[in-house]
Amino acid sequence: MKKVLSLVLALTMIFAFTTVFTGCGGSEEGGEEGNSDQAMKAGFICLHDENSTYDKNFIDAANAACEELGIEPIIKTNVPEGQECYEAAAELVDAGCGIVFADSFGHEDYMIQAAKEFPDVQFCHSTGTKAHTEGLDNYHNAFASIYQGRYLAGVAAGLKLNQMIEEGKITADQAKIGYVGAFTYAEVVSGYTSFFLGARSQCESATMEVTFTGSWYDETLEKEGANKLINDGCVLLSQHADSMGAPTACENAGIPDVSYNGSTIEACPETFIVSSRIDWVPYYKYCMEAVQNGEAIDADWTGDLETGSVVLTDINEKVAAEGTTDKIAEVEAGLKDGSIEVFDTSTFTVTVDKEKGINANAEVDGDGHVTKYMADVDTDAEYQGDTDVIEDGAFKESKFRSAPYFDLQIDGIKLLDTAF
Amino acid sequence: MTEKRKLRKEPLIKLSRREDIDRKHSWTYRALAIIAALIVDAVIIMCVVHMNPFDIYSTMFMGAFGTSRKVWITLKELSLLLLISIALTPAYKMKFWNLGGEGQVLIGAWATALCMLYLGDKLPGPVLLIVMLLAAVVTGAIWAMIPAIFKAKWGTNETLFTLMMNYVAIQLVAYFIIKWEVPKGSGHVGIINQSSQAGWLPYIGANSYGLIVALVVLVTIGMHVYLKYSKHGYEIAVVGESQRTATYVGISVDKVIIRTLILSGAICGFAGWLLVSGSDHTITTTIAGGMGFTGIMVSWLAQFNVIVMILCSFLIVFMGQGASEIATSYGLNEAFGDILTGIIIFFIIGVEFFIQYKMHVRKSSGKEEA
Repeated sequence: MKKVLSLVLALTMIFAFTTVFTGCGGSEEGGEEGNSDQAMKAGFICLHDENSTYDKNFIDAANAACEELGIEPIIKTNVPEGQECYEAAAELVDAGCGIVFADSFGHEDYMIQAAKEFPDVQFCHSTGTKAHTEGLDNYHNAFASIYQGRYLAGVAAGLKLNQMIEEGKITADQAKIGYVGAFTYAEVVSGYTSFFLGARSQCESATMEVTFTGSWYDETLEKEGANKLINDGCVLLSQHADSMGAPTACENAGIPDVSYNGSTIEACPETFIVSSRIDWVPYYKYCMEAVQNGEAIDADWTGDLETGSVVLTDINEKVAAEGTTDKIAEVEAGLKDGSIEVFDTSTFTVTVDKEKGINANAEVDGDGHVTKYMADVDTDAEYQGDTDVIEDGAFKESKFRSAPYFDLQIDGIKLLDTAF
Repeated sequence: MTEKRKLRKEPLIKLSRREDIDRKHSWTYRALAIIAALIVDAVIIMCVVHMNPFDIYSTMFMGAFGTSRKVWITLKELSLLLLISIALTPAYKMKFWNLGGEGQVLIGAWATALCMLYLGDKLPGPVLLIVMLLAAVVTGAIWAMIPAIFKAKWGTNETLFTLMMNYVAIQLVAYFIIKWEVPKGSGHVGIINQSSQAGWLPYIGANSYGLIVALVVLVTIGMHVYLKYSKHGYEIAVVGESQRTATYVGISVDKVIIRTLILSGAICGFAGWLLVSGSDHTITTTIAGGMGFTGIMVSWLAQFNVIVMILCSFLIVFMGQGASEIATSYGLNEAFGDILTGIIIFFIIGVEFFIQYKMHVRKSSGKEEA
């Protein structure tokens, strides 16, 4: 048996080595291909696959943008936020991709690692924060001003609350919104706060409770979190986590739901109101066209309502309150021409508690309105505030960096747990 | 045979252990089983996704060996899975059900990350690497030793104990991730010492995984010798066969259990060190990636033969790399690749069963006494 075994092992090794050498030849060919514009390929690295609403949003955009530009997409799914991300990026370069995109926050460091190693290839990372300080020509961040979309979705939620109050289903005091968040990270805080401000702009008595799961994708935890909020008396839910957990819990309990990243109307026809999402097609097209034309890509790109990066899905007329469509169009016009600011500091108050470290970077006037806030725009290990982001009476989100940095805790929102 | 026993009803299927099968035949059966599995897989590919199975197989092959980079990734994955399987083997050979490999690797990885974060700018490179290694090996060993002491002294159930130690490790690491996360609230530690590369395992030439493979080869050879030729190895085998025999011949069973688990945990901690220092340079709760459990399967499939474990872990890694390649190339969900892998493993486990046992089906004439 030992003879057979050693033979097999020897064969495997010979085989591996021959493929190493032939493989080297192969990758060189791939490199040549990547140089000619017609054969340009684009690589996409996704944390999960299309079963996650978050990743599906990226995958759909990747396919749509590539089809429009006639570029071949190579999509790698289920790539964890570890060395695998660097390996996937390097493999995509080997396969001849002139540009590589990644979709998850934790991919950032590994994308930077790859960008340093392959200076001729462009690396674009959505949701990241380091490009504007990293100083690499071929590494870029992007985000969209999704807080505007959240605000619009919040308007729909506020109208729904008003309808429920009018119909006598709840009293004005009971207009409590529940929100399932992933982490106490700025992206989530910015999301639920803008959603809440949108809702309160329509329904003055609205309050909110937020629970965190400690994971971007955990169907069970999200479902449990949603059920906890429903049992706690929340009459309308929204979420910032990527599974179908919260929408499903709402459908089972008959609680209206504003979802995220795409419509959940098929699974939740009786409770789905509307959903906001980032449309990545404009960004993907912008980057790939820049590569085709040999132009530079912005280190830090922010899409908004104007670029078509922030969009709402169709409204579910069956659940939404009457007049929602018109109201949203009105507010959207206001956001576009600047007459409405989502984080207008006169619309919310904050309580500063320096001892507990709550809103410690904020300065407020006698009424609790923010006058100065040092946000952590440049990422470092100390995460100290470095930029004042209050201008003209508004908290300017996504202006100094594409990724959100709004992390104030405003009055009217109760955090049930902040362990994460 | 007496009248009474003759009257008792013979079961429809009876199993007996095969003693007679030779190596040549058993390897032929194994090869046939894999071919049969590939045929079943082919039928599933044709019926479910309507594709040419040969395309799928060759794509899977390219996924593992398509470029020199892919070959190195495959070798690295193979090395890490093999290392963890090897770490678990002495415990299983002793029939100690160590389900805690995952936690032992994780806690080793945690200790490594801790040293990288707090000592990264204080110690010179080689010293830092050694300190990290020692920290990982010691914490891994402690994590395995705790259930071993309880088993040896008070006879607690090691299956549950080691399993639950995994969750303790996961929660501990989750706590520290929140302590170390950058930026706050993101739940990510990110690459540790990305600019200084302090505490990173050095590259051999241009390749970052060469040293991992080399170190695992050394441990593999060491374990092979330890189990096969050392007195300790013999004691492990005796305790595994029968604790009473071991006690009778004067082996201290308690001592062997604790000693073996310390070794097992230390190698798991070593694997955690390689993962953080040599490959990922970060810490997550899922960094061991289930290898602490897959390693159990590898160890048992190989029947604790270290050399055969290379083949088993190769097969599993190869299928994994192939599965993600067919997901990328054909847009098939990775779960489809897992189905194909599952079928192959099912056939392998099946053939191992029939190589070890003979099945007797009751014949109607009832002349089985012959």
